Amino acid sequence: MNRMAAITPEVYSSMGLNDFEYERIVSLLGREPTITELGMFSVMWSEHCGYKYSRPVLALFKKYKEAMEGEGHENAGVVDIGDGWGVTMKVESHNHPSAVEPYQGAATGVGGIIRDILTMGARPIAALNSLRFGPIVPDGTTPDAVVRRNRYLFEHVVAGIAGYGNCVGVPTVGGEVNFHPRYSGNPLVNAMCVGMLRLDEITTAAAQGDGNPVIYIGSATGKDGIHGASFASKKLKDDAVEDRPNVQIGDPFAEKLLIEGTLEALKTGAIVAIQDMGAAGLTCSTVEMSSKGGVGMEIDLDKVPMRESDMSAYELMLSESQERMLAVAEKGREQEVLDVFRKWGLKAEVIGYVNEQGETTVRRNGEVAASLDATFLTDHCPTYVPPFEVPGYHLAAQRFVLDRIPDADSHQSLLTLLAAPNIASKRWVYQQYDQQVQTQTVVLPGHGDAAVVAPRGTTKGLALTLDGNARHVYLHPYVGGLRAVCEAARNVACVGARPVAVTDGLNYGNPQRPHVYWQFKESVLGIAEACEVMDTPVISGNVSFYNESDLGEVLPTPLIGMLGVLERADRAVGHRVYGGLQLGVIEVPLPEDPQAGLGGSEYLAAVHGIEDGLPTAPDVQGEKRLCKSLIQLIERGVIAGAHDVSDGGIAVALAEIAVSSSIGIVAKLPTEGRRDEAFYSEAPGRVIVAFDREVGDEIAEFVRESELRWWELGATVAFSDVLEIDGVRWSLSELVDAFEGSIPRAMA
Amino acid sequence: MKVAVVRFPGANCDQDALWSLRDDLCLSAEYVWHEDTSLAGFDAVILPGGFTYGDYLRCGAIAARAPIMAEVARFALEGRFVIGVCNGFQVLCEAGLLPGALLLNQNQKFLCQDVYLRAENRTSPWTEGVDHILRIPIAHGEGRYVCDDLTLARLASEDRIAFRYVDAEGRQTEESNPNGSVDSIAGVLNDAGNVLGMMPHPERATRKLLGSDDGRQILAALCRVTV
Repeated sequence: MNRMAAITPEVYSSMGLNDFEYERIVSLLGREPTITELGMFSVMWSEHCGYKYSRPVLALFKKYKEAMEGEGHENAGVVDIGDGWGVTMKVESHNHPSAVEPYQGAATGVGGIIRDILTMGARPIAALNSLRFGPIVPDGTTPDAVVRRNRYLFEHVVAGIAGYGNCVGVPTVGGEVNFHPRYSGNPLVNAMCVGMLRLDEITTAAAQGDGNPVIYIGSATGKDGIHGASFASKKLKDDAVEDRPNVQIGDPFAEKLLIEGTLEALKTGAIVAIQDMGAAGLTCSTVEMSSKGGVGMEIDLDKVPMRESDMSAYELMLSESQERMLAVAEKGREQEVLDVFRKWGLKAEVIGYVNEQGETTVRRNGEVAASLDATFLTDHCPTYVPPFEVPGYHLAAQRFVLDRIPDADSHQSLLTLLAAPNIASKRWVYQQYDQQVQTQTVVLPGHGDAAVVAPRGTTKGLALTLDGNARHVYLHPYVGGLRAVCEAARNVACVGARPVAVTDGLNYGNPQRPHVYWQFKESVLGIAEACEVMDTPVISGNVSFYNESDLGEVLPTPLIGMLGVLERADRAVGHRVYGGLQLGVIEVPLPEDPQAGLGGSEYLAAVHGIEDGLPTAPDVQGEKRLCKSLIQLIERGVIAGAHDVSDGGIAVALAEIAVSSSIGIVAKLPTEGRRDEAFYSEAPGRVIVAFDREVGDEIAEFVRESELRWWELGATVAFSDVLEIDGVRWSLSELVDAFEGSIPRAMA
Repeated sequence: MKVAVVRFPGANCDQDALWSLRDDLCLSAEYVWHEDTSLAGFDAVILPGGFTYGDYLRCGAIAARAPIMAEVARFALEGRFVIGVCNGFQVLCEAGLLPGALLLNQNQKFLCQDVYLRAENRTSPWTEGVDHILRIPIAHGEGRYVCDDLTLARLASEDRIAFRYVDAEGRQTEESNPNGSVDSIAGVLNDAGNVLGMMPHPERATRKLLGSDDGRQILAALCRVTV
């Protein structure tokens, strides 16, 4: 075995391993590791692959815990939607690469999550994304150079997602973008993909069968992205530009061929197991496939297609070149598999075979570069439970009182809110995404609270959303976690879908900081509890720590990707409605909130420049009843449109309905005290519905029977271009200018 | 009547075209591989949208030289129905079967949105009897149609401008031209009228559930083909 390089503490610490971890490696192996083995441990034991700080907390997610304990690992990420169809979905972050090289960082994030879905045997049918940047308009504190950099990142991340997603032919059907100074220097780029498959065709990543050939598929391996997973598991430095070699370049054309080739190759029945070569490349795929199957592999790296012939075993095992997969085929049927991929113009080579008894052994130029039990890498990564502390800002937020905040001028404040980049229309973004390829998109971005996709071969519909409110989570992580799930469920219910499953994207700073670890564990607890009540298990997810730069750490940003199922896709409703309808509000009754639903609100932030107070706690049981009622009413066909009341409160929700429908609205709110409270409260559990006058009593009765509150809000007015709330009037054109014009103006 | 849907590597609207023709127009349709050299047994051909060969060269330039394209050219010359949508339109231009070229959108960005089209020619084999105004989506980064002045004059005088981008009322305005195409041109015909290239996607608008079924009117031309 090649033991040329001496392994010193400097060597392993530069790879992100500490003394304790190195000692554990030596004791597992019973010897010093080779340099290639050390590299493999460093990536597999990084937070990105090994989840060493998050695993104990993620055990709060029941499905995750079951999967970790062995049962149904492979199927854990698939939801049975009936008629023999399964849906699989996952979120993944690509934050650090996007900070350094926004176009390629975002593009390869999309590519990676698509391959994750593909290797389940599913056709990727929809993509969503959630983006966070620093301010793109001057806010009085962010330096101009930083604002310009934020715009650059925003523009190029969106272009990267568009460039990759459009080419690969997966529609981008939804998502969200948010801006906050805490993301300057460390933007967040989370991509989600959803796939459909026949339940009897789920593929596995578990390698099986002595002597079965191991096949390398896709693009050649280059020296790019070496140690990308470790890169993702540390803080971004000011001179992060030097980390550019850690970023990979995407080739969506190769990915498109990989999708078609893989789905066709799976149909041969000759593939035993398949996995993406994502983070940690050949290391992760060989080791995880071996470990899951309880087998070993003999790999000859000389047979790997290479971009440069002088690559070492270390470089080959750690490269994160994109658009590659690893498969195990049935012995004797490898040619069938190779033929399919080669027909699609892809490289496909047998690089080794399964060795049921042995270890996972990797050779280069005839010499053994690594030989170890794969489970050392997958099952023995240490976990840490760092100390936590409740930060002072949270305690201060509990004491926040509204009295010292003036009640803002209603006319101007609504326009300010609509133009705030967090609320303003994201048309500038989603117009750059192909939302319709595959011709299954029924509710498009900007038309409803969730996207709706109607897969061919079934009359059911899938409602999809990806979203999170980091300000709420920052101020009260536990309540923020509860609310994130409730809002996602409400969003899919607003289009008529039953919430069924969650994938989460968990983005935080350095978990070794006590307040960050507190934010992480409290918000995960909130998500887990709400998912339990909602009966929407977390079926997959991603953790991204160390999201900080010299400009500070990010807000704690857990994102909820929610899947809802409509029994009939053609019953879906959006929030674009016609004139002459009545408007009403269905509401979960809540105890009085001393901060009036304005704690942590967009109103306080955008109009008063204040981020303080606590978000109102939701009643999760009540939210569940709300979703159920909405779904039943929409199924009955008595609701013409529905819109969740969220950021910016009822006034913003009404303006959004008016603008997207190009109609007038007259509304009266039950205002008692402050007008800003009535207009902009973000108290959870409220939905505006539009309906024909004749069915008003039916809806009211049904809602009250569900122990929910019902009140009449107003009416939509055809041929009108005025929004009127409590006597305050806005013309549609000034609303459109604020709402639609804001982001294009910032980016012009 | 059987339609060939040509499958180029990197095309991504091939499946949509097949579904649209089979499920919504009840036509018989099959994939034909780009390396095939025969269209025997087929009566019409559709070149679907996407990013053929990644469009890493000029859009459609490599696909225009694929083995199947000689057969597509023969079809065109024989007066059979040929349609190129989006990337397929770019391929037809690159192959010399339609005049002009398609450049990067004026705003330099990919654009996915619904547009209104005014049918300028309603008598050609492809456009006979279609409604005056159609609502159909576009999704392209390089859809700005350009041609020289002489060609433009010929297209107009020979009634070969199939569609123009207009507003909901049918007016040709600067705002209603999404990509900066010359004279708001969205689709053109060859001189015999049997070859149509268009940037908007009729196959994305053949069922009401998807927001519009105006695309049926265009693809329904294939239902009139007598074999």
